[in-house]
Amino acid sequence: MSVDAATTRRIAHLARIAVKDSEVAHLQGEINAMLAFVEQLQEVNVEGVEPMTSVTPMAMKKRADVVTDGEIADAVLSNAPATEDHFFLVPKVVE
Amino acid sequence: MTDLTSLTLAEARDGLAKKSFKAIELTDAHLAAVEQARSLNAFVLETPEQARAMAQDADARIAKGEGGPLNGIPLGIKDLFATKGVRTTACSKILGNFVPPYESTVTAQLWRDGAVMLGKLNNDEFAMGSSNETSCFGPVANPWRRNGSETKLVPGGSSGGSVAAVSAGLCLGATATDTGGSIRQPAAFTGIVGLKPTYGRCSRWGIVAFASSLDQAGPVAKTVRDTAILMRSMAGHDPKDTTSADIAVPDYEKAIGQSVKGMKIGIPKEYRLEGMPAEIEKLWQQGADWLKAAGAELVDISLPHTKYALPAYYIVAPAEASSNLARYDGVRYGLRVPGRAIGDMYENTRAEGFGPEVRRRIMIGTYVLSAGYYDAYYLRAQKVRTLIKKDFEDCFAQGVQAILTPATPSAAFGIGEKGQADPVEMYLNDIFTVTVNMAGLPGIAVPAGSDAQGLPLGLQLIGRPFEEETLFSLGEIMEQSAGRFTPPVKWW
Amino acid sequence: MTAPAKSSKLIKGATGDWEMVIGLEVHAQVTSNSKLFSGASTEFGGEPNAHVSLVDAAMPGMLPVINEECVRQAVRTGLGLKAQINLKSTFDRKNYFYPDLPQGYQISQFKSPVVGEGQVHVDLDDGESIAVGIERLHLEQDAGKSLHDQHPTMSYVDLNRSGVALMEIVSKPDIRSSEQARAYVTKLRSILRYLGTCDGDMEKGSLRADVNVSVRKPGAPLGTRCEIKNVNSIRFIGQAIEYEARRQIGILEDGGAIEQETRLFDPNKGETRSMRSKEEAHDYRYFPDPDLLPLEFTQSYVDQLKSALPELPDEKKARFISELGLTPYDASVLVNEQESADFYEAVLGALADRRRDGKLAANWVINELFGRLNKESKDIAASPVSAAQLGAIVDLIGTGTISGKIAKDLFEIVWTEGGDPRALVEARGMKQVTDLGAIEKAVDEIVAANPDKAAQAREKPALIGWFVGQVMKSSGGKANPQAVNDLLKSKLGF
Repeated sequence: MSVDAATTRRIAHLARIAVKDSEVAHLQGEINAMLAFVEQLQEVNVEGVEPMTSVTPMAMKKRADVVTDGEIADAVLSNAPATEDHFFLVPKVVE
Repeated sequence: MTDLTSLTLAEARDGLAKKSFKAIELTDAHLAAVEQARSLNAFVLETPEQARAMAQDADARIAKGEGGPLNGIPLGIKDLFATKGVRTTACSKILGNFVPPYESTVTAQLWRDGAVMLGKLNNDEFAMGSSNETSCFGPVANPWRRNGSETKLVPGGSSGGSVAAVSAGLCLGATATDTGGSIRQPAAFTGIVGLKPTYGRCSRWGIVAFASSLDQAGPVAKTVRDTAILMRSMAGHDPKDTTSADIAVPDYEKAIGQSVKGMKIGIPKEYRLEGMPAEIEKLWQQGADWLKAAGAELVDISLPHTKYALPAYYIVAPAEASSNLARYDGVRYGLRVPGRAIGDMYENTRAEGFGPEVRRRIMIGTYVLSAGYYDAYYLRAQKVRTLIKKDFEDCFAQGVQAILTPATPSAAFGIGEKGQADPVEMYLNDIFTVTVNMAGLPGIAVPAGSDAQGLPLGLQLIGRPFEEETLFSLGEIMEQSAGRFTPPVKWW
Repeated sequence: MTAPAKSSKLIKGATGDWEMVIGLEVHAQVTSNSKLFSGASTEFGGEPNAHVSLVDAAMPGMLPVINEECVRQAVRTGLGLKAQINLKSTFDRKNYFYPDLPQGYQISQFKSPVVGEGQVHVDLDDGESIAVGIERLHLEQDAGKSLHDQHPTMSYVDLNRSGVALMEIVSKPDIRSSEQARAYVTKLRSILRYLGTCDGDMEKGSLRADVNVSVRKPGAPLGTRCEIKNVNSIRFIGQAIEYEARRQIGILEDGGAIEQETRLFDPNKGETRSMRSKEEAHDYRYFPDPDLLPLEFTQSYVDQLKSALPELPDEKKARFISELGLTPYDASVLVNEQESADFYEAVLGALADRRRDGKLAANWVINELFGRLNKESKDIAASPVSAAQLGAIVDLIGTGTISGKIAKDLFEIVWTEGGDPRALVEARGMKQVTDLGAIEKAVDEIVAANPDKAAQAREKPALIGWFVGQVMKSSGGKANPQAVNDLLKSKLGF
């Protein structure tokens, strides 16, 4: 399995990482090197094997339905690059 | 006056208790060492005022006969742990000047137990790397150098800053994290002890996530005893972390000196790699002999899926990382690079904020999760993971209590020497360690000797789930046999 | 296997009849105090970013911990939908970028939802009923809110809703008309409100629907569907379907093809329009969330929840019909909202003989009370006449103490002035006169006073009505009309 330039661009877009035209080929090469490395997994017989769903088997603990958090708007916004009236500001989203 | 930085954590603890010196003196000695060692680039942020204040508080507690097991002990904190009010960056440009309004559970427990924070330690960006060369703050220099050489070597990674600082005597212990070997490999490269606990033993809350099903926080320190002391404070159930295990934390220090007579130790044949350096093979044999001399029973075992751990890891870890790092988008914190509209802002911010290794792994992770490839890659890798874990379980069911392997395929290499042409070359550093994360088991790296050029070499012991005590007991035997912590010759 | 809807409403096009095929994905906010994976409040409104925890804001190192109440509510809803409850389910991450999605992924359930197939029985206005299949119900996080109209170049993001628990209820494409769709959502909403698992407040966004619409010639394979997202009123659901079906028919009849796309309903124009951000089809890269473990519970947990469920609309309606003899229509009206059903049952509680007067009570609740409430734009909670008072009035009619007509007067008095109906009847002498002697006396008087009319009535029996009226009038409306009728007939000789 290997990727072409178009796929490389598509993946970069899915990951929201801008890639310059000049970088595409190199990035494509890196990805393909990794894909070549992991190809050997196809040798393994995984018939009837369940994928790992929890590393250390245990029952999932649940929380009681009590409000224990929030009301910390200042802390939540303290590192924001742009805010106004306690809103996060971002460049316009085109809908 | 003893050079306080040459003490072990246990010795310092005892010295403080005996009032041989004060916590502020201990901290000052280490702060001075930190200042002198800036050329190592182990610390990315020094916090001397805070350290002195914490040390003074420790002295006040000691005077009253109060305080916890780490009272006054100066530690370094890997920059992956959120420290309240103190910049935390994961050594990435994308976190910019992020100052968390919260403290990670693990570090909160250290402060609860009275420890002192000297500063934040360097690491590979987002913990992705085996040499600390991907940090946005630049590489870390291993305090060890080859005999007669001035070439700067890598300390290993991703916890390069943590191990360099401990090895160079800049702190008495440090926190680190391990996803594929990031505690054990660098510990081995710098001649110190590092433990990756069982998955779920330590809380992940407040630690910048890389690969959720693999990450674990753990201690690095000069000796096995020191590591056990630190571990006790770091471990414990956290209701804020669903994957955290609700199991009592033993007093790990009690395991130091426990007999290992009759313990069955497995030697896995699949770890004997083709072309493995003779030195490593010899060291491995040496380790086995030490354990045998202490009364352990060595048995040959087979872990048939060993070789698939690394490729499976390089699917699972990047996949989880690609999702965990989606939150770094310039909206709520960290770097923001402007864009015409939101899409541009995302793409520009992330392109500028992430280094090439992180970008590479996010791309691979995105690809293996994408439509049409999920089954062939991610799902398959998770199935292989089940098989890897089962290999271990089968051995443990046969009565094997621990497994002895090399920690790394070589000693530390030069900065810039590996991985330039082929990223996979760097990944092979983790070949002995990655199996342990994939199976969620505990693993410890202990210094065992040196190579022909005088560089430290370590051995790894892998244990049963939640049997870190066994690893401490066995590790102590190794340490007694190999010789306790040797500080590197100070060249900085 | 989908159960086909029994009736279809076909649209006449230029090239023949067209059938609409509709499926709905309803997002219902779970009634709970805190969010699905964080301890922040779910309270509506609030200052921007107030009900936001570090987990909701997706700070580095934050982790989800599930709210047990949300799990309980989802299972109860599944039981209310007569659905398969899955004792083991998993949470998956749905990955995409949007400023109101702080994690860059939504925690949802993709491969293994907590609830499987079920069914909702829907009665339609025309008396027909359909069974709408439920495909699945799963738990997921809600996203925050982005405001795009506050600033020329910037959007404002508020994460208060981010992380609130939603149940996504996916129907099978069994719906065939906009009326059916509206009735289905109405019924679903009613079930959720009965269960107390969602308040169904569409104005606040507690309930909203993504509507999938496609068209085909009857008997033909399914057409390409378009999804109309986030429709937040039942009325709009109907309008959106009507517009969209016709839009698609128009394209197909012109020889074009339907492009599968996501659309939005514009209530001002009554139209759907395409969402522009569709450069590429979303690849959500679902994978199990490694910060969570599989959700597991026992059959006995489910059984306990089942045994504690309240009586749901269908069961209550069936009981009203079988035990009280109500018509299906009346029973439907009463059970539609739990408040109505509860009010009615409280009225029954005030009756001496509910078997005798249950239907009468239903009549009074539906026609008199609801009619009056609607006229004055009041809802039941604000009714000036309580269930106890109305029960007393109905009981007075049922025992023959007052006549139906007097009862209406009594109702008016209680509505405007309040008071205990029985006391009022005594005080104002409103009791029905059933004493035959007294009635006979009145009849004799009137007949004697009007000999020519009596003669006419003997010719034309229909004219007896005038006499009835006169006797009633002379008794102040209190004479028992039936008795008056009978006596007049005998006195007038027929």
